[in-house]
Amino acid sequence: MRYLPHTDSDRQEMLAKIGVNCVDDLYDNVPAECWPKGLPDLPTTKSELDVERIFVNYAKLNHAANDGPFFLGAGVYYHHIPATVDYIIQRSEFLTSYTPYQPEVSQGTLQYVFEFQSMVAALTGMEIANASMYDGSTSVTEAALMAKRITKREDVKIFGELHPQYRETLETYFSVIGGNIASNDPDESTACVIVQSPDFHGEIHDLTELRKKCDESGALLIVVVAEIVSLGLLPAPEVADIVVGECQSVGIPMMYGGPYAGFFACSKKHVRQMPGRICGETVDVEGRRSFVLTMNTREQHIRREKATSNICTNQGLCALAFTVHLSLLGEEGLKHLAKLNHQKACKLADALATIEGVTIQNKTFFNEFVAELPIESNDLVEKLAANGIIAGYALGGNRLLISATEMTTDSDVESLINAIKVEVK
Amino acid sequence: MEAEIKENLKYTKDHEWVEVVGDIVTIGITDYAQSSIGDLVYVELPEVGGSFDQGADLVIVESCKAASDVYAPISGEVVEVNNAVVESPGTVNTAPYADGWLVKVKAADVSQIDTLMNAAEYKEHAAE
Amino acid sequence: MQEIEERLLCEISRKGRRAIDLEPIDSNHNRLGVDERQSIGLPELSEPQVLRHFVRLSQQNYSIDANFYPLGSCTMKHNPRQNEKFSRFSGFLNLHPLQPVSTAQGALSLMYELKRWLSELTGLPGVSLNPAAGAHGELAGMMVIHKAHEMRGRQRKVVLVPDSAHGTNPATAAMCGYTIKTIPSTKQGLVDMDLFKASLNDDTAAFMLTNPSTCGIFDPKVKEIADLLHENGAYFYCDGANFNAIAGKIRPADFGVDVMHINLHKTFSTPHGGGGPGSGPIVVTAELDPYLPVPNVVKTGGAYQLVNEDEKSIGRLKSFQGHFGMFTRALSYMLGHGADGIRRASEDAVLSANYIRASLNDLYHEPFPGNCMHECLLNDRHQRDAGITTMDIAKTLIEHGFHPMTVFFPLVVKNAMLIEPTESEPKETLDDFIGAMRQIAEDVKLGDVEKLKKNPISTPRRRVDEVKAVRDLKVTW
Repeated sequence: MRYLPHTDSDRQEMLAKIGVNCVDDLYDNVPAECWPKGLPDLPTTKSELDVERIFVNYAKLNHAANDGPFFLGAGVYYHHIPATVDYIIQRSEFLTSYTPYQPEVSQGTLQYVFEFQSMVAALTGMEIANASMYDGSTSVTEAALMAKRITKREDVKIFGELHPQYRETLETYFSVIGGNIASNDPDESTACVIVQSPDFHGEIHDLTELRKKCDESGALLIVVVAEIVSLGLLPAPEVADIVVGECQSVGIPMMYGGPYAGFFACSKKHVRQMPGRICGETVDVEGRRSFVLTMNTREQHIRREKATSNICTNQGLCALAFTVHLSLLGEEGLKHLAKLNHQKACKLADALATIEGVTIQNKTFFNEFVAELPIESNDLVEKLAANGIIAGYALGGNRLLISATEMTTDSDVESLINAIKVEVK
Repeated sequence: MEAEIKENLKYTKDHEWVEVVGDIVTIGITDYAQSSIGDLVYVELPEVGGSFDQGADLVIVESCKAASDVYAPISGEVVEVNNAVVESPGTVNTAPYADGWLVKVKAADVSQIDTLMNAAEYKEHAAE
Repeated sequence: MQEIEERLLCEISRKGRRAIDLEPIDSNHNRLGVDERQSIGLPELSEPQVLRHFVRLSQQNYSIDANFYPLGSCTMKHNPRQNEKFSRFSGFLNLHPLQPVSTAQGALSLMYELKRWLSELTGLPGVSLNPAAGAHGELAGMMVIHKAHEMRGRQRKVVLVPDSAHGTNPATAAMCGYTIKTIPSTKQGLVDMDLFKASLNDDTAAFMLTNPSTCGIFDPKVKEIADLLHENGAYFYCDGANFNAIAGKIRPADFGVDVMHINLHKTFSTPHGGGGPGSGPIVVTAELDPYLPVPNVVKTGGAYQLVNEDEKSIGRLKSFQGHFGMFTRALSYMLGHGADGIRRASEDAVLSANYIRASLNDLYHEPFPGNCMHECLLNDRHQRDAGITTMDIAKTLIEHGFHPMTVFFPLVVKNAMLIEPTESEPKETLDDFIGAMRQIAEDVKLGDVEKLKKNPISTPRRRVDEVKAVRDLKVTW
């Protein structure tokens, strides 16, 4: 077995040192009735080549985004990832290190986490950010729980179209933790108002009015960003109390749903109620700038049942991929990328509008919008998929949620338009 | 270095000290407690006017590595809190029996003091 | 490790530098409804600068690829590179989670196969791959238990947790609205059966037990515990953090487990990545299967489907289908090892831990003497009088070239040192580590205390001021 270094004579020497006859003697605490009757019904050791053949076959049965025109977004976006990103996250020292509990030998991880936090704070216009959460959906949920702790109120109001899977996640947590979720105006029992912008349908929301309503009722304002590239073009949601969302669009592949990274930013005064890991700056005994995990007493390993959350780690490598990609983009690069996405989406919208019976529903959008079709969107998505075109997300009825990014070419758009024309005839 | 224990105070098994003047009770944590928790970085005090039963969570003190609840040694109403330790929690480490006091409570029943330990008893308890 | 200084990105930034060339903008639409953002505050660097920055940062890290990493309870085993290669096939990497399932049959059948492996290895028929990490799996599992009590018609109030448990256990049970009752351990590091029985009643929802325990011991009373729980209508939640000691040998179903999470990043070698991403699937009994979170992959006819809605389910715990990129890696590990290799890996992990224990227990105190599972627990009792604590031993190990073991956990042992060598290390490495630990103990005996207190010295940083980090909180540049 290629992964196991002990030889039979190693094992014999070690057993002799321990003073037992065989390995099963070390399992003597296991009650006799708990030993299985037979071996598991599973295959035995395979060579790397044999395993590779199996995985090649699994991969072959999928239609990947680069196999044809692709217009699906709905919270996960098909963006280009520079080669440097994957090279860095595959370096042994990042890939195979543990959570940086020993700062003396983990400054690499700690410094990039500090840089990640700094760039998330800059993007969102917030004072501080944590080291990341599991994903967008759980960061929204944790933000709502944090608002409940701060305001000591129970209810959550959702404004506009929150990603349906984010909302379902919130509902699941609330079903055991307690609290109501509704969509009317905030009142004196409202802990927070949650607004996604651009929202699930691509619409961009003016936050000024919501801020006023929150101030009047004493609720916190939580802004959700599922497409973080949009922050290169849209104003920072700095009027919010908490800004959360999904990092996937920058540096993280779609990978059939994960792993991604959620970001979590807020004002400094709420730091003690923030969930998740936080990295802070300090000095070592020689006075050199150093980084270390800090504010640990909020967390489960110390606070146990009184912790702010049961979350342990951050999304490590995904946060690193985000940090490397965003460093490569830089200030002007992100603005340019965001603008490119918007232009591509505008052109797509114009092209779709030329089809008879198709109308664009959005007043505003960034790189994704809703098109009303003369046919059922679900049928269209299935039919086009059979022809190698991933057309978008069927919202039900005749509405199609459709997205363009820098990956979208003119010929992709042309293929889509032609295919839709055939179907709507 | 051995932890300091003041003769004229009362103590709880959770390493709090209590000083009684009339029905006003001043509460802090002992030298032993501050040294085992380590450098304090955070103190969360109750609001003045709040009422607490004996044994309820009264104050939270935290170092980098530990968080401890300070329990109400007797029932009563909070009449004063030491906001200076919120600003500089290190005072609790340097002067646990003086400037590092935490809360003053008006006792609901002063006789509850009799349930607490004296200095000699506490010394034995802390040595365990 | 050499001393490397690397400035922050913002300190090496210069306006006008670019690291990415993008297609030019050839039109000027604005359908944003707002003015474009003027300034963000991001650094600007060239491509080689970015590469060098992160390579230099990486050189300040310790890694399992380069060195022994005996963190108890964390399982720093070898991460095979075949896993990385296969998970990056374009058919996985560029697959969108909301594509029509007809275009993702390969991914769904892969998930189905992973479920079969987890089910076979644990003996538990229900599997959910959704949870993002171990703690998230705990939450899923406890919500399933919560739901089961609700469906039986009466919610219960209390969850029992041993004092040796991971902090996530009580934190999770509290999130589900349960009151925590802590069960102290015996002097042997086991569940105190008298206290357990006295605490168990018809208000007990579940017992959250790590088995093998965080002290590295397989609890000999585990089946009796399970039977007592079941007689009282309570569930046995097993924290599967230590499944790697028994995988392929003992099945949790056979010792009465109702729900267990499995850390794919521990037992099945997906990389720890400096803190994540993890993946925490849960396995449950047939009784609890209907309550598992959605979505769930099922096979109907010859095709795989995703079930997104199910009335009995606790609901959705995160967006999409779980950490698919970790499923590919874990299945690659499983297929490579096979059932026989997984069993052998468990045995070798246990053998290596006991070898370290037997080679050190004359110099270091062993709080619970006797055979251990995949990790051995020691502490600093023999060193404390000389003024040397577990912290000093850990920091001195770094100076000897080794990452420290897990320290100060589990909490039931004062100044614990929890050593987990895993199956990946050859005997020569174990002997080198044992040599370093023996050397440290000898140095303490010789009274070289001041030197040890200063360690580490030759690392990228020496001991850092954690108090300052909190008092002068600075978390952004």
